[in-house]
Amino acid sequence: MNTEIDSILKKYKPGRRDELIPLMQEIQDVNGHLSEEAIVKIGNYIGLSTTKIYGLATFYDQFRFIPAGKIRVTVCNGTSCFLNGSKAVINAIRELTGLQPGQTARDGIFSYEIVTCMGGCNNGPVISINDEYYPYVKPEQIPELLNKLKFIIEND
Amino acid sequence: MLFTIQVNNKKIKAEKGETILSALNRNGIKIPTLCRMKDFSPTGACRMCVVEVEGRDRLVTACSQPVEEWMKIKTHSPRVITARKTIVELLLSNHPDDCLYCDKKLNCELQRLAEELNIRERRIKARKIKPRLDQSSPAIVRELSKCILCGRCVRVCEEVVTANSLDFIRKGSLTHVGPAMDRDFNFSSCIHCGQCVMMCPTGALHEKHNIAEVQDFLNNTEIVKVIQYSPLVASGIAEELGIRFNRDFDRILNSMLRRIGFDKVFLTGTGTDICIYELAEQLGRNIEKGDVKPLYISACPAWVKFAEQFIPGILTNLSTIKSPQQITGVLIKTLIADQAGIKPEKIFSVSATPCMAMKFEARRDGMMRKGISDVDSVMTVRELARLIRLYGIDVSNIEPEPADEPMAGRSSAASLAEVSGGMAEAVIRTTHFLKYGIEPDKQLMKRLRTGGSFREITVMFEGKEVSVAVIDSLTGLAKLKALVDAGKHYDLIEVMTCPGGCINGAGLPFSFSGSDRKNRVKMIYQADEVDAVNLPCKSPLLNNLYNKFINENKEIADKKIFHTHFEKRNVLL
Amino acid sequence: MEDLKKFLINEVLLFESDTLPADTEKRLQEIRRERTSKPVIFISSGTAGLIAGAGKTFQAAQAFIGDNEPGAEIVKVGCSGPANFEPFVCIQLPGKNKLFFRNITEDKVDTLLNGVFHNDINKDDLVGQQGGRGFELWPGIQFMDEISFFARQRRVVLNNCGCYDPESVEEYIARGGYKSYVKTIRHYTYEEVCNIIEQSGLRGRSGGGYPTGLKWKQALNTGSSSRFLICNAKESDPGAFTDRLMLESDPHRLIEGIAIAAYAIGASTAIIFFRRGSEHAYKRLKRAIESARDYGLIGHNIMSSGFNLDIIIRKEPGAFVCGEETALVSTLEGRRGMPQLKPPYPTTSGLYGKPTVINNVETLMNVPLIMQNGPEWFNSLGTEKSPGTKVFAVAGKGRMSGVVEVEMGTTVREILDDIADGIKEGKELKAVQLGGASGSFITGDSLDIPVDYDAMKEKGIGMGAGGFIIIDETTCMVDLVRHLMEFMHTESCGKCIPCREGTGRMLEILESVIRKPVSEDSGTTLERFKGVMQLETIASVMRDTSLCGLGQTAPNPFLSALKNFRDEFEEHIFDRKCRANICRGLRTFTIDVDKCTGCTACASKCPVNAIYGTRLQPFFIVEDKCIGCGICYDICKFSAIKVK
Repeated sequence: MNTEIDSILKKYKPGRRDELIPLMQEIQDVNGHLSEEAIVKIGNYIGLSTTKIYGLATFYDQFRFIPAGKIRVTVCNGTSCFLNGSKAVINAIRELTGLQPGQTARDGIFSYEIVTCMGGCNNGPVISINDEYYPYVKPEQIPELLNKLKFIIEND
Repeated sequence: MLFTIQVNNKKIKAEKGETILSALNRNGIKIPTLCRMKDFSPTGACRMCVVEVEGRDRLVTACSQPVEEWMKIKTHSPRVITARKTIVELLLSNHPDDCLYCDKKLNCELQRLAEELNIRERRIKARKIKPRLDQSSPAIVRELSKCILCGRCVRVCEEVVTANSLDFIRKGSLTHVGPAMDRDFNFSSCIHCGQCVMMCPTGALHEKHNIAEVQDFLNNTEIVKVIQYSPLVASGIAEELGIRFNRDFDRILNSMLRRIGFDKVFLTGTGTDICIYELAEQLGRNIEKGDVKPLYISACPAWVKFAEQFIPGILTNLSTIKSPQQITGVLIKTLIADQAGIKPEKIFSVSATPCMAMKFEARRDGMMRKGISDVDSVMTVRELARLIRLYGIDVSNIEPEPADEPMAGRSSAASLAEVSGGMAEAVIRTTHFLKYGIEPDKQLMKRLRTGGSFREITVMFEGKEVSVAVIDSLTGLAKLKALVDAGKHYDLIEVMTCPGGCINGAGLPFSFSGSDRKNRVKMIYQADEVDAVNLPCKSPLLNNLYNKFINENKEIADKKIFHTHFEKRNVLL
Repeated sequence: MEDLKKFLINEVLLFESDTLPADTEKRLQEIRRERTSKPVIFISSGTAGLIAGAGKTFQAAQAFIGDNEPGAEIVKVGCSGPANFEPFVCIQLPGKNKLFFRNITEDKVDTLLNGVFHNDINKDDLVGQQGGRGFELWPGIQFMDEISFFARQRRVVLNNCGCYDPESVEEYIARGGYKSYVKTIRHYTYEEVCNIIEQSGLRGRSGGGYPTGLKWKQALNTGSSSRFLICNAKESDPGAFTDRLMLESDPHRLIEGIAIAAYAIGASTAIIFFRRGSEHAYKRLKRAIESARDYGLIGHNIMSSGFNLDIIIRKEPGAFVCGEETALVSTLEGRRGMPQLKPPYPTTSGLYGKPTVINNVETLMNVPLIMQNGPEWFNSLGTEKSPGTKVFAVAGKGRMSGVVEVEMGTTVREILDDIADGIKEGKELKAVQLGGASGSFITGDSLDIPVDYDAMKEKGIGMGAGGFIIIDETTCMVDLVRHLMEFMHTESCGKCIPCREGTGRMLEILESVIRKPVSEDSGTTLERFKGVMQLETIASVMRDTSLCGLGQTAPNPFLSALKNFRDEFEEHIFDRKCRANICRGLRTFTIDVDKCTGCTACASKCPVNAIYGTRLQPFFIVEDKCIGCGICYDICKFSAIKVK
């Protein structure tokens, strides 16, 4: 992991604050999250205090500081999906996993987040699981769908 | 270019390029502000200073909008007042109502605004949030429930202190101010200078109180209670108690402290004298040896922590001589203890100071001998004033008394050290005096006193150039670095974290305003002109202390107790 | 390949006349697949298509072709707009008009292709044929522009969308693309380009309607040594997806627009601030930029004109507020994306303190068209003060949804009734919301308002960037307002007090209106009334004093809902009733003892165990325990559960 961060850092110019966000995005893309170590390293490389890096990263929804789950559920809560019942889907996921948006379960299986619009406004409510879309989702489908995926992962 | 604008149906003169707020203020119209900081660019976060400009759909922030000739402004129309009032009501809607117990009571800007805007009930109710209370730092307490997110602390930490220890974390209603990784202060790169506390409009950031602890010991009859106080403390106390300060106030303070219950009262100034003297000797030796290493003064504890974190490379050049407070402290626990025949652990030693970082310094690693702290408890001027009030001391009816020997006096140079540039000036003057028996050119010395965050002079020693640099607030370090990188050499470097030196220390009363400060600085400089004992080496008291006490005492004659050590600090930067 | 590139550059782009020689035109027709000897299958592969399953459709078609029609070609094209039709497939047989088929999921592929190739067309999935190109007609099949969804539209900006392979720069050039750009940088001065755009009357399509030419001139006339152009493709309003459709269906036109705009203001760096989460569009755009660079349309000394341009894509890291200009600049500079004070405006001091022009995707998409057809042409479209067209993302409860383009001056009702084809399932309309999460609701007579910046501003309606949400009677307005306020509350940056605290307080008060009363004693009722009394004051102060547009417009949905649906609010507050039966907290469920069979289905599913009873006897619901979730209502097979 150390070397990964270092090799990503090398692609960017040191001391350039404007490249900070793309740099953090790339590290997150590779590692799945921003570890404390990564934040300190980025700070040293860009020449900014860890405080500022952390303050910046927490402002944006994209950055996470704990690894995402093996099953990453994204729920669309745009106005169109809302009108079609996304709230019930979110409740179903919350009840099943016991998680708040942005959290990862202790066993590292589930994590879920809410986004404002995925663009499937005609097919709402839309969710995506590990980047695969599921249109017209109904809350009662959630337990079956997620438990099936969990079963696959646990027996993998 | 001057032109007229219309404000509240009256014409006032405004200058091209200035903001509405400055035009209004110059013409005697007051507009409330919250996030505004003098000499900083406006951020427009609080929206308190909104005014109505004819022809604009929305209200306009006076702090940022430049005046224009056509403008017709209403500063207190019903629409404006409703807006300001609602904004404060929104802030109060989830504010903890503990004004009675709050550290900032009577000095709180939010409280004052609520009063000015005639807010008499909580019309907007909200769920109370209970964020955690961060008491981890030895100096600063963070009470996030009182934070109104004006951002002043963040800006001062970034733009003046340059430690960048604070930033906003998260966004929206979850925003809060905190150090790296949202940890507590003690893990952070905070240097405890307390400038953020001075900036905070509410009680969200305040010093950690030691009053209760001091009180406990004051009640303990088996313990000898000792206090030392810095040269600025007396004027701060005078300000806080609402008395006109004069030079004799030091002696009044002595008797007040004794009435509170302190058995001995010493002057930290004596420690400053020792500090200056030791530094001067060190500098003299360096010059003699032709040593090219710079000598960084380490009297400012916030600067020391800053150096340990951010520029550990210079630590070998940082003078190991303790700060005045710690020198006085260690003498109390050794010399005074011996003299009075008390065991050092039976002494409770308090220091009163205008500095917040001293609270942290007293707990540093190297500030202890045989398990006994040099200084047990550090109080800011504000805390000491509370203690004085608590004990019901009537200032008007009190006889002046001297402090206790052998640390009862100080040279005027010791006061000088409270102002940025003063320590360096005192050291170079002493070095010069020790060598030649006269002081260097006065006009040259004055160039260390004013002129931006980086100042320098060169003094000639036997044909050798000795360069002195003064860093007034840490922003000056950038200039120093640039010059040093370009090959410039300095022999003596003084760094003060607070702008202007300890005179702007975070332990002074909040009401200690700019004009008070200027007066105090003027008095310090005047005293330095007239005082016969204007350098430590001219002080018979100090001579006496060195010759009769320090050099006679086997245990401390080697002066090792005056030294400490510094090392690279591992914190989240 | 190199040969084709040389041909397109030398004989098309650098050819100094608008009419090309017949030979050239012939070759271009081949590139456009208008002269082809084999069948071509076009599969709409935008995000909406992919969500509906276009990826699998593509695989199935590939398999079919491999087995049956090895000569045929399959092309992934962009999306033409109608989201209901996805996966949307178009088939072109040599010399014949294109045929369009809707909802072709993978299971339908074989039957469909088999039919078309054997001249047996399944009318169920057929939408229509595209005429007008001199090809052989399909008898008895209606034309695409006769369908009401397309008939009302005026497709100018979208005219390429869904027609070509967005990853092919060759096809774009063959469709006349980049020609006006090359002409611009070789023959026009900066000022001339700004003048043309100013004359055209083009106004910013992000909602404000600021004249684009004027904005460019302001930046151009600053006398700074360097300037920046930013394309704001951070479209994050819930329910708005116009920019993304244009990006993934016609990326080259956007690049051309950016390049012309950058030239006009003398910028040598352009940055596309890209929406997070549209990976598909991101990849396409990236590839498009690479191929434009390969063709020498971006880079150093472009087409020997002396103009240099670099286009960078920056992915937005996830904050609604950084669509605001100054916050966007802060984000690009690597700071927290909080809005800054204006003035100074970005046109004088933007990115790194340099003059910066920020235009949105749709605005820039119009630019190549204006350069190509002239300002007079553009001026002839739309209304006097708002020339041109406007793209909307129609979503919600309409029968049709998707991305549509109408001429300015078309009324909201026309879009609603003709293009969206009314409301789904014959329900009643409640309102139309324009302009994303902070847009006002339009109802009743106001629906006749034309799409025109000034006409809408007069009525206090913001046009927004293109959200067009249709709301029907099954929606509770109070709940919807609460939802939108929650969105604003989480997306507020937290900098200024009125927005940060105001959205929070308004949300809490709205929640108290729809929350189940724990006990209906006078205390909570009084509190609720007191809160409601403050809502309007808070809303007006937020509008008056907030730092940026987010806070200023956040109360809009509430204020316009209160104006138009006051009775619904009053019912919630006073009668504790939700007429749409949406607000859980206000629903009471009872069991009809005559209908209940005692099957225990409801009791076993009740999440809070509020239903009691003996098997085969009528059950009952304990009201204090009930949370109003309605699971029992949905599960009961005997309609024994009554809702009040």
